[in-house]
Amino acid sequence: MTGRTVSASRRRRSQPHLPLQILLGFLVLYYLVPFWWVVVNSSKDAPGLFGGGNALWFADNIDFIGNLQELFTYNDGIYLRWMFNSALYAVAGGVGATTLAVLAGYGFAKFRFAGRRFGFAVLLGAVMVPQTALVIPTFVLFSELGLTNTIWAVILPTLLNPFGVYLMHVYARDAVPDELLDAGRVDGAGEGRIFLNVALPLMRPAVVTVLLLSVVAAWNNYFLPLAMLSDNRLFPVTVGLDMWQGTAGGNNAGTTPLWSIIIMGALVSVIPLIIAFLLLQRYWRGGLSIGSVK
Amino acid sequence: MTLQMAERTQRTRPKTRKAGKVSRREQATGWLFLAPFALTFLAFLVAPLLYALYLSLFQKQLIGGTSFVFLDNYSKAFTDPTFLDGAWFVVRFSAVSIPIQMLVALGMALILDTVTSAFSRFSRLMIFLPYAIPTVIGALMWGFLYSKSFGPLNDVFGASAPDFLSSQLIFYGLLNIVTWQWTGYYMIILFAALQGIDPTLYEAARIDGASAWQIALRIKIPLITPALLLILVFALIGTLQFFNEPEILRELAAGAISPDYTPNMYAYHQALGLANFNYGAAISFALGGVVFVCVYVFMFLTRKRGSFF
Repeated sequence: MTGRTVSASRRRRSQPHLPLQILLGFLVLYYLVPFWWVVVNSSKDAPGLFGGGNALWFADNIDFIGNLQELFTYNDGIYLRWMFNSALYAVAGGVGATTLAVLAGYGFAKFRFAGRRFGFAVLLGAVMVPQTALVIPTFVLFSELGLTNTIWAVILPTLLNPFGVYLMHVYARDAVPDELLDAGRVDGAGEGRIFLNVALPLMRPAVVTVLLLSVVAAWNNYFLPLAMLSDNRLFPVTVGLDMWQGTAGGNNAGTTPLWSIIIMGALVSVIPLIIAFLLLQRYWRGGLSIGSVK
Repeated sequence: MTLQMAERTQRTRPKTRKAGKVSRREQATGWLFLAPFALTFLAFLVAPLLYALYLSLFQKQLIGGTSFVFLDNYSKAFTDPTFLDGAWFVVRFSAVSIPIQMLVALGMALILDTVTSAFSRFSRLMIFLPYAIPTVIGALMWGFLYSKSFGPLNDVFGASAPDFLSSQLIFYGLLNIVTWQWTGYYMIILFAALQGIDPTLYEAARIDGASAWQIALRIKIPLITPALLLILVFALIGTLQFFNEPEILRELAAGAISPDYTPNMYAYHQALGLANFNYGAAISFALGGVVFVCVYVFMFLTRKRGSFF
């Protein structure tokens, strides 16, 4: 919140700091090595992968397009389906979780009602319940209800985001002035209208942040779909690639062409979120700290 | 504030004249905004936890079916060497990995706060990038890099290359993956907090003769304590429920990682592998309870009045 305004004045003086810049260079190398390995090796065929050539450089035989084609046609193109599933779970779960969090955070911040203090204490407690501790209990409950192995088994539990509610509460409390809401009420606007037209625009930076956090968490989720789903046509890409990895490792035939496909699959699967983060930079840079600046 | 609002509403709305009625209306509106989340909360947090608690009090026997055993599953868990080994691993791993992650993130945030070149802005982005990578894919990529058959370590070190997938070094292999995956995210949180500090404080300190080190230690770090606590809580919750990385590396690190390597993996394999829902539920519940209590005590000891962190 405060980050953007201060940083502008801070930039007045640029110092070289050469040793620190060199250290940064090494850090960047460390953080990029896995990406580099995947980019390089996604272009290799099986002999190139296992032939003992340089693991961090391209082989003589570059087969990038061929691997890409194999990835999208292997097993009737199930990879594309996995990517679609990941997107569906991330968007449905993320948008849903954000909507619930915005409403609840605004409710906590701007209204007095019986049970508010207690409700908020429960919410803070829920932030501290590890998400994965809920996976097995939810799985057991859903299997009683016959809900496992459906898309709902992944989407519904994703809607729960107590930390998002907490962030929205903190932000709405400070960014939405009570006077403005009262003015709306004086003008005779309904509470729903006031929320949509007055409060929501003011809460936009926090909404984008919570949306980003929820979508990323849902896209990256592995434990929940792993437990819930058994039909591989419902898998998100994380569980799917893990399954392929199990197959390739289980075969133990060092030259199985599946490895090339898995590496290409890993590369393709990270591209959407990387693009999203590069495009949405100005939101996450300030927004990720909402909970801690206070 | 409530009073003032009640008065205003009274004036403009003849229908809701009584103060009690207005307050009831505000209450109803508040609950209405809360309702969708509250329902989700009941359905996907309270209900599963209660059901798990209920299940954990029973035991399925080969003969005689399911019987009520009260806390037997818990006393079994807390004397079960497999569960205790997993719990002990997670405690050791937390004790090593959390300080390392926090120090690395803090160091990088301080450097990026000091160096304001185009390259440092680029570095910030690159260091944050792993956050956008699913932990599954991150673990997979590092598994490839560690691998004897297609990783680069053989090229560099030859036959004596360290094998981070062996049972001796897997601890460090996992440590590196976790550090790579999360420090960028923590760094961004700390960096944003640093950027929020009023720069005139630094000017004042410089005039008083403080060095860059002293400014970092005495001004910057104390002022971002809330952010440091936030990432500590994140790291604590994340590490105690360790699952994804060891589960993914299990295939590549044949033999070094057992299916019950961490408590969470144990619960998963009990519930899904062996269909032992009762014991799996007990382990999940015990794990969740322990994490909750640890974090809650920690928060209680460190929290400031009126705010969470």
